[in-house]
Amino acid sequence: MPAVWFWLLALLLGAYAVLDGFDFGVGILHFVVAKTRTERDTLLRSIGPVWDGNEVYLVAAGGTLFGAFPLLYATALSGFYLPLMIVLWLLLFRSLGIELRHHIDNLLWHHLWDVAFSASSALLTLFFGAALGNLVRGLPLNENGEFFEPLWTDFRVGDVTGILDWYTLLVGVTATTALALHGALWLVYKTAGDVCNRSRSVVTRLWPVLVLLTLATTLASGAVQPQLTRNIMRYPLGAACPLVALAGLAGMRACLHSSPKRAFLASGAFVLGLIASAAFAIFPNALPARSAGRQLSIVDAAAQSSTLGGMLCWWLPGMLLAVSYSYFIYARMPKTFTTGGDEH
Amino acid sequence: MTALGLHRFQFAFTLTYHYLFPQLTMGLALVLVVLKLLARRRRDEDYDIAARFWTKLLGVAFVMGVVTGIPMEFQFGTNWARFSRIAGGVIGQTLAMEGVFAFFLESSVLYLVLFQEQKLGPRRHLFATIALCTGTWLSGFFITCTNAFMQHPQGFVIDPSGVIHLESFSALLLNPWAWIEYSHTMIGATITGSFTVAATAAFYILQDRDLAVAKKMLGAAVVIGTIAAFCAAFPTGDQQAKLVLSHQPETFAAMEGHFHTEIGAGMTLIGQPNVEALRIDNPIRIPFMLSFLTHQRWNTEIKGLTEFPRERWPDNIPLLYYAYHVMAGLGSLFIGLMALSSFLLFRGTLGQSRGVLWLLMLAFPLPFVANTAGWMTAELGRQPWLVRDILRTSAGSSELVDPGSTLFSIIGFMGLYAMLSVLFFMIVTQQLRRGLSAKEHA
Repeated sequence: MPAVWFWLLALLLGAYAVLDGFDFGVGILHFVVAKTRTERDTLLRSIGPVWDGNEVYLVAAGGTLFGAFPLLYATALSGFYLPLMIVLWLLLFRSLGIELRHHIDNLLWHHLWDVAFSASSALLTLFFGAALGNLVRGLPLNENGEFFEPLWTDFRVGDVTGILDWYTLLVGVTATTALALHGALWLVYKTAGDVCNRSRSVVTRLWPVLVLLTLATTLASGAVQPQLTRNIMRYPLGAACPLVALAGLAGMRACLHSSPKRAFLASGAFVLGLIASAAFAIFPNALPARSAGRQLSIVDAAAQSSTLGGMLCWWLPGMLLAVSYSYFIYARMPKTFTTGGDEH
Repeated sequence: MTALGLHRFQFAFTLTYHYLFPQLTMGLALVLVVLKLLARRRRDEDYDIAARFWTKLLGVAFVMGVVTGIPMEFQFGTNWARFSRIAGGVIGQTLAMEGVFAFFLESSVLYLVLFQEQKLGPRRHLFATIALCTGTWLSGFFITCTNAFMQHPQGFVIDPSGVIHLESFSALLLNPWAWIEYSHTMIGATITGSFTVAATAAFYILQDRDLAVAKKMLGAAVVIGTIAAFCAAFPTGDQQAKLVLSHQPETFAAMEGHFHTEIGAGMTLIGQPNVEALRIDNPIRIPFMLSFLTHQRWNTEIKGLTEFPRERWPDNIPLLYYAYHVMAGLGSLFIGLMALSSFLLFRGTLGQSRGVLWLLMLAFPLPFVANTAGWMTAELGRQPWLVRDILRTSAGSSELVDPGSTLFSIIGFMGLYAMLSVLFFMIVTQQLRRGLSAKEHA
């Protein structure tokens, strides 16, 4: 039962990364692909109906983590105290950037919130990537199985680690690049004209960079977390996770010109594959430790199995309902957003 | 301040600030549904105009509620790690339910309600508004349910290591404390919503602007406000007080400032609690009233605080006493003001009674104060426990988070929330200046 919940949670986080990921990507590219105020309006309109719903996947993942793995929730969130506070504040700025901008018709006001939206999107993807890197690398758990990480120490992957070191930064930069591409593909799919063309050229220019970064991250992950290779030997089926990511990576480039929709979906598969690979790398641990023997396994982190069973009974129908709302909103969205048009 | 004190302060501060917005959105969402129903029933465009005005403000308040609400969910883990470890298997359930059942619904329909009125048509837009209202009220239920478990735990077992496990989902959700506390809380939110609408209507009527719309809006708000003000005292407030008396008797004694056991106990209206001397200084009391209100008999015995061991006393008795009396005092004031307004409304002279309109306009901050004081009563009254009789507050905070980090995040939240207040005021005043029937798409 704990393993079922581990993978459900990974799926929920993956869905969050894929869905909120593209509106983060749009944020990162806010000043790159949109040169005028009306073009930036178009970008915001293209995510306006869905971004808030996308963010709820994060809140739902937080709640699910709390209910299914109370020990993991408590240990990880208190250990990541400082970066989490920063992430919460950045999320606040990002929401304000999207939602307050249109309330006052003033050039400086618009510019202020455009910058807030774009900068917070970029920083958040970096931090989320680094958080994922921390999980894969392992944490400095003490003899009670708790930790408190500073923001950085000496940037080496040693015994005294911080949130940021060369490895987690590498994962962070990879995440930012991947989501920027993901956002660009959303814009190729959902917009027309100049914005669409610029987004397409972002994809062609960034794609080789992403391939290199993915390669580097994969090799580094194997070196930093030996369990990754051990897990692949033990559960060969798990190799499907990185393969899905690879297929997505190839697919997004191959379909870019023929079918923007498929290219966007491929990029979604890439993001989902990365999250699944990270989950596979730490399985069956919930928190790998830097020192051997102190890791927190998913069985130890989980609530008791009767709670987990009961939780499944309301969670699955609840999530089906939630996904149907999301689907309803996505299906109602206009096919393309044109600059100057009014698709509200 | 100690490390524990800082953790408590941060949670109290962020929660108090956060709850200024949900009480408004939950209350406004209900008023909005009523306005839209009236528009359809009476085929009156004015109610639609009023509804459109409030939809815009609801949107802004909703965003504020979301951005200040996300930190709440994560602070259980960041600042209260030991509590989360011990009780997470239970309270994590209700918090996860809130995300799955309420937030997805709200976030999906909010966009429809805000921007798609034209496309949806009146009937489906009304449905979307009802769905939004349902979402906000569901969210309120799961949060109150979480709090109710901490106040009066139900449906659990404790294993030898001290961890609380959930034994019965139905006992958790059907906790009698949850339903009474929820009714009282939602009535409180309805008071906030209706007073805000009434104050805004008075603001326009006093300036002779948008009179037709403002008067209809005022009428609806006064009717809703009157019902809610009475329900806050009876039955919901009355039931809540009886629940506290039977399950948290020391809390009841402390919030009433009732230090010594009495037969035929009097009720203190005003006076300063003196915890050293165990008495109320300069009291104004109604004899026998406390016994009568709790048991409907003049001569029943009410246990005083001194009957209970000191380590079970709430740790801030004066603040608890004042918070409770501020809430109850304001509640009485709301009943008076709304009864007067209703009387004038049915005589047809409310729109010309400038004095009462001034009172309604100036009263708008008071429901926010009363709701805040009410929650302070609940939460200070729960002390010294995090989960009543099971886990003490001092045993629940994160041990490895040092006071410096907590202070850093407190200062960060204070600065950000000060900024939020400024932004909220900028947008609301702009909206007020535009007037009720402003046509343009904000």
